Amino acid sequence: MLKDLIKDFIDEMKPKLINDRMFIMGGLGAFVVLFTSPFWLNFLFSLFTGDDVYERPKIALPTEYKECVSTRDYMRAEHMQLLDTWRDMAVREGKREYVDANGNKWDINLQNTCMSCHANKPDFCDTCHTSNSVDPYCWDCHVEPKGNQQ
Amino acid sequence: MLISLLAVIALGCVAWFGTSAGFQFAFGIIIPVLALAVFIFGFCLRMMGWSRSPVPFNIATTGGQTRSLDWVRPNRLDSPYSKIATIGRMTLEILAFRSLFRNSSTQIKDGRMVQWSAPWLWIAALAFHYTFLLVFLRHFRFFIEPVPFFLTWGEALDGLMQVGAVRFLMTDGVIVAAILFLLGRRILLPRIRYISLPSDYFPLFLLLGVTLSGICMRYFDKTDISSVKVLIMNVVGFNWGQPIPEGISSMFYLHLFFVSVLLMYFPFSKLMHMGGVFLSPTRNLPANSRAVRHINPWNPPKKYRTYAEYEDEFREAMAEAGLPLEKEPENAAG
Repeated sequence: MLKDLIKDFIDEMKPKLINDRMFIMGGLGAFVVLFTSPFWLNFLFSLFTGDDVYERPKIALPTEYKECVSTRDYMRAEHMQLLDTWRDMAVREGKREYVDANGNKWDINLQNTCMSCHANKPDFCDTCHTSNSVDPYCWDCHVEPKGNQQ
Repeated sequence: MLISLLAVIALGCVAWFGTSAGFQFAFGIIIPVLALAVFIFGFCLRMMGWSRSPVPFNIATTGGQTRSLDWVRPNRLDSPYSKIATIGRMTLEILAFRSLFRNSSTQIKDGRMVQWSAPWLWIAALAFHYTFLLVFLRHFRFFIEPVPFFLTWGEALDGLMQVGAVRFLMTDGVIVAAILFLLGRRILLPRIRYISLPSDYFPLFLLLGVTLSGICMRYFDKTDISSVKVLIMNVVGFNWGQPIPEGISSMFYLHLFFVSVLLMYFPFSKLMHMGGVFLSPTRNLPANSRAVRHINPWNPPKKYRTYAEYEDEFREAMAEAGLPLEKEPENAAG
């Protein structure tokens, strides 16, 4: 009895199932899943981590110094540009002195100037870089500072 | 052409001045989300509409010897006979644009018309589509936390040349060159220019706007990408009530607005070839029309009327007129 019912059902559905529309619907399903993936992937991740809100990565700021070579907003957006300019000035032009907007003089030196305040690479450089998938090649040549960990 | 250019410039102005005037919530959250919804629903509706359209004939085109007698070697890819060969043809069509490679230029040589290839068009189209795909995937780093390793690897490979800090990515150069080629082709070749419509120029200008504003934001007028990621993660995490991070430049909103317009425009435009290429009946049907009868699967069930039924209806009248009958009226009653 049940067997007959199932057989009837399959016979009924066969022409509807074996049809190109099935493939089109399948493809559309994949399309929707892929293009909405940021929404549901982040939802799934938040179930595991329990973090509902993504927060800006916290960076370790130096405690004893208050002044950088430029403003916070400028450094946030353009620090790589400054480093590039400094690299060119120091290595290619031999200029080792940088005068900032307030007239302060700085020695152009990544390890002895920048990293003397921002000595903590994992907590200063890497947190943002990792979160935004940035992979700078500073450390191909420069020695990673290990200080400020205590 | 001018109309399309002006339209794109106007859209750019709308985004630039809109966000300068403080409509960050609209341009940062509402419009992009709406655009994505329009894109996905519109795309699905278009595809469903096409899925309902009948395919009454097998119109597969052939570019080679069809399967015939055993001693004639068939061209399996250009005249696919089996399902697997058809899938192979479609795969190469979608991944390598094979049909764009040939018969795309018409010339007169020695008094004869010759169909030949326009290989630069094919190369530029491939370059554009693949770099667009890579750039599109690369943006995923702003939409997910933690960022999957293959995105970081891909970007390292893209920036292999290590030019500059904010490394120069090769795809950025290639995509602009490819768009400029596709645009230049429409502007400079008289015959192509003659058949080009605003709907041909508009997507190109829009894509140019998207890429140039992105490139500008990456290399020249930089914005703080940490803030950008906070904004995007709030949107995709449905935390729309979170404050919009400060310090995101108008260039970012311009870029985002161009992308939103592209998404909204997509389902109504020729850009639908993204989904439509899968439904090309000249490509996705096996070229076996001589061996297999093609029946439109959407044909309504056929209604037959047999002679017996016809005779049942008109038996009386036919008997009166003295026509020969299979069943006489006196026999038919039972």
